[in-house]
Amino acid sequence: MKSFWRNGWLSATTVAIMLLALLVSMGLIIFSYITDQAVASLQDKIDISVYFKTTAPEDEILNIKSSLESMAEVKNVEYISSAQALEIFKNKHSEDQAISQAVNELNANPLEPSLNIKAKQTSQYAKIADYFNSPDLAKYIDSVSYAKNQTAIDRLNIIVQNVGRGGFVLTLVMALIAGLVVFNTIRLAIYSNRDEIGIMRAVGASNGLVRGPYVVEGVIGGVTAAGLSVLISAPIIYSISPYLNSFIPDLNIFNYFSSNVLKFTAYQILFAVVIGGLSSFIAVKRYLRD
Amino acid sequence: MIAFQSVFKVYNSHSVALEDINIRINPGEFVSIVGRSGAGKSTAIKLLTGGDKPTKGRIFFGQYEVNKLSDVELPQFRRHIGIVFQDFRLLPTKNAYENVAFAMEAAGRPQSEIKEMVPQVMEMVGLSDKLANFPHELSGGEKQRVAIARAMVNRPEVIIADEPTGNLDPFHSAEIVALLKKINELGTTLILATHEKDIVNELEKRVITLDRGRVIRDEEKGKYILI
Repeated sequence: MKSFWRNGWLSATTVAIMLLALLVSMGLIIFSYITDQAVASLQDKIDISVYFKTTAPEDEILNIKSSLESMAEVKNVEYISSAQALEIFKNKHSEDQAISQAVNELNANPLEPSLNIKAKQTSQYAKIADYFNSPDLAKYIDSVSYAKNQTAIDRLNIIVQNVGRGGFVLTLVMALIAGLVVFNTIRLAIYSNRDEIGIMRAVGASNGLVRGPYVVEGVIGGVTAAGLSVLISAPIIYSISPYLNSFIPDLNIFNYFSSNVLKFTAYQILFAVVIGGLSSFIAVKRYLRD
Repeated sequence: MIAFQSVFKVYNSHSVALEDINIRINPGEFVSIVGRSGAGKSTAIKLLTGGDKPTKGRIFFGQYEVNKLSDVELPQFRRHIGIVFQDFRLLPTKNAYENVAFAMEAAGRPQSEIKEMVPQVMEMVGLSDKLANFPHELSGGEKQRVAIARAMVNRPEVIIADEPTGNLDPFHSAEIVALLKKINELGTTLILATHEKDIVNELEKRVITLDRGRVIRDEEKGKYILI
């Protein structure tokens, strides 16, 4: 500990480099959360709408709804009757006098009953759409919206997969770079202490006694950097959270950060301690030979 | 107790540092190894302390065959020797007390023993008021006395001083040599490598003279005769 404080500038530089590496890793965690939320938000807007003929019996439509709900791929099914569809239409266009008047003059309700189906995964819409190709259902169904949106849904699937893979690779690469930067910083710090290590060896210090203080210094530096990383990240995330919320309404990164702060702190400490301690251990090794 | 048997150290065909060295040093002796710069004094010291290995020959220190010690065994061996260097080699981030205590910590001595021994040894070298001073706060003579305290705190069998007065003025040099003599009188074998004629001649102890890597003279109560 004494040595950590007495080598003030060197310790501060090492901690600063580790801090930068940890801030990058925190940024990656938050970025990953944002992309997951953005993708989920997009996925949530996708659904299949099935429009039934106005003559289709309601109990048949409700049977179809029950069958769909029992499918493993289906997240939820919403039934909108003709009457409900008309109410929704009237409310939507209540400001438009011409449309409201036209609707009031109608003798019959032209709007069809429908089922809105959301899948658990966007990749499962094709299978759900297949269900409606059955000849038994053809007499009740007027149209299925999947065919019109298929291209968009398929493109979204590709984006989701690529974002997932890309994010994972980016995280690995950045973690590797961060680790190497920290390792080299610690190596340089120990290089500047090579004479001291030589003196310790000359007076008969064992490898463990020489190495021990440097490993401990690496660990102390790591814990310090991890603590600072969380303290610095918090106000930054707090300040950018409202801006991101304006793009993705369901996204609140500050809530995500604060509800997982203990977990993040633990990860940061673990990463920093392993990198700091291990780097010191390896870096001292070459000076333990005469 | 210390023996060099037909020791050679050759770096390349143009650089023979030591050639066929045969020396025996007994317990309690005070031996000066002398010669001009480049004669092989520091190389001999380095081989004796395990800092390098001879090209040929064997080196014995008590029960140890020094040339065969591994990197893991060397620290254990070095605790039997106290070394004093020309450039002091104190740890800059430790104060005087901590520098001396470090030698005892390296030997695995308990804190209670360290707290007792270090002040005693520092008093012996006349620095009991400088325990809290860092090396950059000490004069050259004081630094060397701390280095001597560090060398003797584990009560080694042998103290090796490699040009201990090289960076000191004549007044402080005399002080250091007097201290080394006192340590030898207490029973510790002392090996002094130096090129300072006056110091050696005043000691009237055994003198081994090296020239171009060879022993050219070995005399009890010898003199350093410049060639």
